[in-house]
Amino acid sequence: MADHNLKHIDGADRGRILLYALSTCMWCRKTKQLLGDLGVAYDMIDVDLLEKQEREEVTEDIKKWNPECTFPTVVINNEKCIIGYNPDELQAELQVTR
Amino acid sequence: MSASIEEVSGEDIQKYYDRLKDDVERHGYHLNPDEDMTRDLIRGLIVNQRRNSYPSCPCRLASGDIEEDLDIICPCDYRDTDLGEYGMCYCALYVSGDVLSGEKAVSPIPERRPSPEERAKARAETGGAPVHAGLSKPVWRCRVCGYLCGRDEPPEKCPICGAQKERFERFM
Repeated sequence: MADHNLKHIDGADRGRILLYALSTCMWCRKTKQLLGDLGVAYDMIDVDLLEKQEREEVTEDIKKWNPECTFPTVVINNEKCIIGYNPDELQAELQVTR
Repeated sequence: MSASIEEVSGEDIQKYYDRLKDDVERHGYHLNPDEDMTRDLIRGLIVNQRRNSYPSCPCRLASGDIEEDLDIICPCDYRDTDLGEYGMCYCALYVSGDVLSGEKAVSPIPERRPSPEERAKARAETGGAPVHAGLSKPVWRCRVCGYLCGRDEPPEKCPICGAQKERFERFM
């Protein structure tokens, strides 16, 4: 995926956290808020704002982790995927990688 | 494709909210009582309406092709089943009486929408549904609210929920 699509949010380093989101989605916004409240650094991309070809490339990336390609999808350290707004799992996972 | 959430004013959201709430309640449904969530979702609906000319689910990625997205135009084809099973629809704009009264909390639910491949297959299969022997007319079903009618063509608009003709499927 082209990195210029990624928005970086500064914070504490808890590993590589990548959030695939939709700008219009309430559950995605809650996930962004949670990551902000936890104060962790992460990269995010609002897939609905991409042009067609980029969007297709990114959705193919997401499907490797989440075949249904639903939002939000969070990929941690390129090894763990959390699907949907799941504060408990997200917090637990970020503790582990601390 | 340029519409963004920042361009939607509080006034736009309020107007949509008032109209929707009134309409929804008259039909026996309930909006999520958490107004922050509901306004956030309505903003997403307005953005999708401006982008694609139809208000698809804010929590699902629209293709931009209305034929592909008919099932996720709000209210989506999955709302009633999700309200029955989980007490809320996928994005949580609509909730059941349990959630409205506070007996049940709002939380995310699994996606019920079939994959694009499964949807294409289902379309191909139902497209040629035979009229049952003994029926003088085909029966059409509104995918949004379940309304059934026996007539040559589905109505232009569902008389119960107002869904467009394209949201009907041949039932019998």
